[in-house]
Amino acid sequence: MQALIDQFFNVQIMADAWPTVWRGLMMTVLLCIAVIPLGLLGGLLVAMANTAPWRWLRWTVVVYVDIFRAIPPLVLLIFIYAGLPFAGIRLSPFAAVSIAFLLNNSAYYGEIYRAGIESIGKGQMEAARSTGLSGLQAMTYVILPQAVRNVLPDLLSNTIEVVKLTSLASVVALPELLYSADMARSITYNASPIVMAALIYLAILWPVVRFLSRLERRMGA
Amino acid sequence: MDGSVSSVPRSLPSDAGRPAEAVLQISDLHMAFGDLEVLKGIDLSVAEQELVFIIGPSGSGKSTLLRCCNRLEEPNKGTIIVDGEEITAPKANLNKLRQRIGMVFQSFNLYPHLTAQANVTLALRKVAGKSRIEAREIALAALDRVGLSDKSDSYPNELSGGQQQRVAIARSLALQPRVMLFDEPTSALDPELVGDVLNVMQDMKEGGMTMLVVSHEMRFAMNAADQVVFMDRGVIVEQGTPDRIFKHPEHQRTRDFLGKVAH
Repeated sequence: MQALIDQFFNVQIMADAWPTVWRGLMMTVLLCIAVIPLGLLGGLLVAMANTAPWRWLRWTVVVYVDIFRAIPPLVLLIFIYAGLPFAGIRLSPFAAVSIAFLLNNSAYYGEIYRAGIESIGKGQMEAARSTGLSGLQAMTYVILPQAVRNVLPDLLSNTIEVVKLTSLASVVALPELLYSADMARSITYNASPIVMAALIYLAILWPVVRFLSRLERRMGA
Repeated sequence: MDGSVSSVPRSLPSDAGRPAEAVLQISDLHMAFGDLEVLKGIDLSVAEQELVFIIGPSGSGKSTLLRCCNRLEEPNKGTIIVDGEEITAPKANLNKLRQRIGMVFQSFNLYPHLTAQANVTLALRKVAGKSRIEAREIALAALDRVGLSDKSDSYPNELSGGQQQRVAIARSLALQPRVMLFDEPTSALDPELVGDVLNVMQDMKEGGMTMLVVSHEMRFAMNAADQVVFMDRGVIVEQGTPDRIFKHPEHQRTRDFLGKVAH
């Protein structure tokens, strides 16, 4: 029992690792600030392109979404970071992660928005267009506000997923939360920093998960 | 020719002595959904301040005809001229022309995330380019006209069906259209709420609005319509004054239809 506490819940080690883990946490926060809005925005463009009157654009979007939903984000990230330099494109870890997440998240968020847009009856668009609003205006002022409200739980749920996935950045040596904790682990030969990282993820995401459940219950009713 | 919508007078046109000119002119209109021919050559004209009332069995093409008038449906052939401009022209400026054609839907289609007032002001602000204050004033006047000035801050789900439909009418009315299309405006309403909507329509008619109405409210047609059009299977079977169509129909199909709805 004492061995377990020493190896996993060693307060002294946690305290020593704290500055490193803290810097990692800050990097994770920074990463989230970059990739979540980018993904939400990219997804919106994907979903709107999906409703465009031009068939070529809709097809492009379908292909895009299919590809990036099928490729594991880790593979995508390694390709962008370690593969593209062979084509002369060398990116910083942060840039590589941001681009990989943008490509991946736009596909996922895009599908969520699309479901939201499809949940709005055809009559809304017709009413808006009949008053002279352009398709884009009708989308912006009439359809999207309702669509986003309808899929808010899914958007939030996917965002939680994105926050957790930022730990993938550790494979390209971006010193985010998991990478920093793992570094502390390798120096101290003790798993406590990893436990600390897990607790931090929990502390950040648990309230969001709680909120999500309440939101889902309220909207399901 | 009056190019801007905002300058169209809100009240009765002063040049009432002028010979009645068609505000809406439909010629040889054809429309098909795939192989299904819904409209097979419709000719219809609605004069200034006229109320034309379309009746007919379901599937006769009434709603499709109405929806072609602001190109919510694309006709395959034929022309529709609204206020002197051909809306069926390939290069027609739809967003501009649609402001001159109000449309009221069976299912109201109010924007549920906006208050009654915001439902009315949206197009005023974004399409007609009114300032916030101007749009608000016009919206309140329009809501007042349909008897709902006290509901301007209510959301659609706080309103009865009849109230929602009246807000929808105000939304169209506020843009000062040259013609209003009504697509079964009372069909989704509880019977006791129908009267309020019909009263508003009657009031609009008396105010000089040009109206094309698809509905089953025969009594309203009898009282308010200038022309009644009977449609069946994509053609206009006959057309005339309410008195003539309801009391002396010439065609057997018309008689059959009127016989059925009389029950």
